[in-house]
Amino acid sequence: MAVMSFFHNPHRFMAGSKWPAWGFTLLGVVLIVVGFGIGFFRTPEDFQQDERARMMFVHVPAMWLCMFSYAFMVGASFISFVWRHALADVAAKSAAPIGAVFTAIGLMTGSIWGYTTWGTWWEWGDARLVSVLILFFIFLGYIAVWQAMETPQKAARAAAILCLVGAVNIPIIHFSVEWFASLHQQSTFMTTDNKTTAEFKIPMYLAALGYLALFGGLTLLNMRAEIMKTRADILLQRRQAAD
Amino acid sequence: MLFEGLSFALSAGESLELRGANGSGKSTLLRILAGLTRQHAGEVRYSGAGDEAGRHFLGHLDAVKPSETAIEQAQFWARYFGRPVAEADAAMKRVGLSSRNAVPGRGLSAGQKRRLALTRLLIEPRPVWLLDEPTAALDTEGRTLVGQLVAEHRARGGMVIAAVHGEGFAGSRVLDISGLKARAAK
Amino acid sequence: MSASFSVFARELKLAWSGGGGAALPVGFFAASASMTPFAVGAETAALQTAGPGVMWIALALSSLLPMERLFQADLEDGTLDAYAGSGVGMEGIALAKTLAHWIATGIPLAVLSPVLWIMLQGAPEQSGLIFAASLVGSLAFFFFGSIGAALAAGMRRGGLLIALVTLPLYVPTMIFGAATLDAAANGADWAGALMLTASASLFGIATAPFGAAMALRTAID
Repeated sequence: MAVMSFFHNPHRFMAGSKWPAWGFTLLGVVLIVVGFGIGFFRTPEDFQQDERARMMFVHVPAMWLCMFSYAFMVGASFISFVWRHALADVAAKSAAPIGAVFTAIGLMTGSIWGYTTWGTWWEWGDARLVSVLILFFIFLGYIAVWQAMETPQKAARAAAILCLVGAVNIPIIHFSVEWFASLHQQSTFMTTDNKTTAEFKIPMYLAALGYLALFGGLTLLNMRAEIMKTRADILLQRRQAAD
Repeated sequence: MLFEGLSFALSAGESLELRGANGSGKSTLLRILAGLTRQHAGEVRYSGAGDEAGRHFLGHLDAVKPSETAIEQAQFWARYFGRPVAEADAAMKRVGLSSRNAVPGRGLSAGQKRRLALTRLLIEPRPVWLLDEPTAALDTEGRTLVGQLVAEHRARGGMVIAAVHGEGFAGSRVLDISGLKARAAK
Repeated sequence: MSASFSVFARELKLAWSGGGGAALPVGFFAASASMTPFAVGAETAALQTAGPGVMWIALALSSLLPMERLFQADLEDGTLDAYAGSGVGMEGIALAKTLAHWIATGIPLAVLSPVLWIMLQGAPEQSGLIFAASLVGSLAFFFFGSIGAALAAGMRRGGLLIALVTLPLYVPTMIFGAATLDAAANGADWAGALMLTASASLFGIATAPFGAAMALRTAID
């Protein structure tokens, strides 16, 4: 666990994260712009669906990232819970709002895409979309726990527990939503099956990598902000104690 | 951080008084010893019979329910610890609360609630007693009672660690926590 | 073992003696289910379509109501400290308390549900099934709710946080239970849905005490 102990120290983390934080963010933006650029302007015109269906370049990677960010939070929460690693707490807390935004983007673009495909702004029969909606509420609950607890240490523990409880329940939730969709014979999926050619894959993967880099960069930036906030609080307390 | 640089060892039959100003961390230390609060660094080791099943923790809250009567609560703890119910009656007598057996928790004075909390220690014999201000709200008689209980417990080979203000127990070691306050910022 | 069982017995007694513990959730259940016709119209057809689902939502929310009190009192008067300091596992305590509260409050909710079912123009012959489904469903709601209750223990007005945290966990029970009621209303086969509701319950009983215990240890810390 040498890697973990290296990052245990906030000072080392702050020193080592400055360039990666901004670098990843910038890289992410570049990749996204390139990915979208290729996707929006250079895919073949015999793409049957409406132009607006190119939304999927925004939508699909967003869905991937929303799940990835929750998985990241689960990992960080697990480390925080078992090893009481302060940086893991900060990592999970920092990733949450970013994950929530990706989730929101996924839901909104999913809604728009659904509208272009079926004419409805929301499709309860789409099990994946509905599951992600519930995941969005789990994100919100997680963020709320951080705000609601009295001390940061309690908040960290409670949030970690919630994240892990969510992880355990998500498969069951997803199963029940799928069952619900099949029951009402409305199983619809926004599939990307007919878009497996390279022209679609390349921009989508580029965008996904961009999202991933952006997630990494923004999470690091958020972590740095958190640590700076904590330091400011400590300095404030020491000043008050000295008076 | 409340304190650092704390180290001590205690053996059977001994008692340790924790002293220090309010907020110095006596309660926190007791909770760490009881396993309720986790310390940032350091180790608590009990050798012999002191694992969780060998300890009694009496916090500064009495754990007295308002609607149950005094004897009902003592009997609950007897059942909880798997002890015969008669132990509850005996304990109530020992702490001088028998006359208040049928009084519901909300009808007990603060000192009586404290005595009721003490019955736990008698109902279930355990070697290690962690007591947070055991004599709080007690009158002179009550304080004498606690002193007797502690002395009897030690005579049986038990160990007592107690946060105290004012009068302590005979033959106790004393640890003053306020000297261990965390050093200020460099 | 004897510790958890004695806590269970005590909780049961306290829940019943503590000023009509079940009255509030049961009243809320009745009141909110009674709002259905105001919301969907009084015609039988409308009620039979919307009634089962609305009733199930009302059951979920009524189960959520007592959650705030589940661990609060014990945390505040030091009882939870005493349990934790005695070396008894918090999982057993959480299980005992949740089960006791379900018996004191959840079963009355389940008893009321056939009455509400009939009021919402459900077929009286289905009463037994509705009772069974509500029994199983409320069990799930109480156990999943206990996780939120433990997380929010010690917070002022933790009710909102409990709701936000618990509602995603309620989704499977909502889906399966409402499907059971729906099938009953339409004369379709309800057995599969009821089985799934029961599975959700069992999953809740098996896993929730662990989550609640972790949260309680955090609250005590």
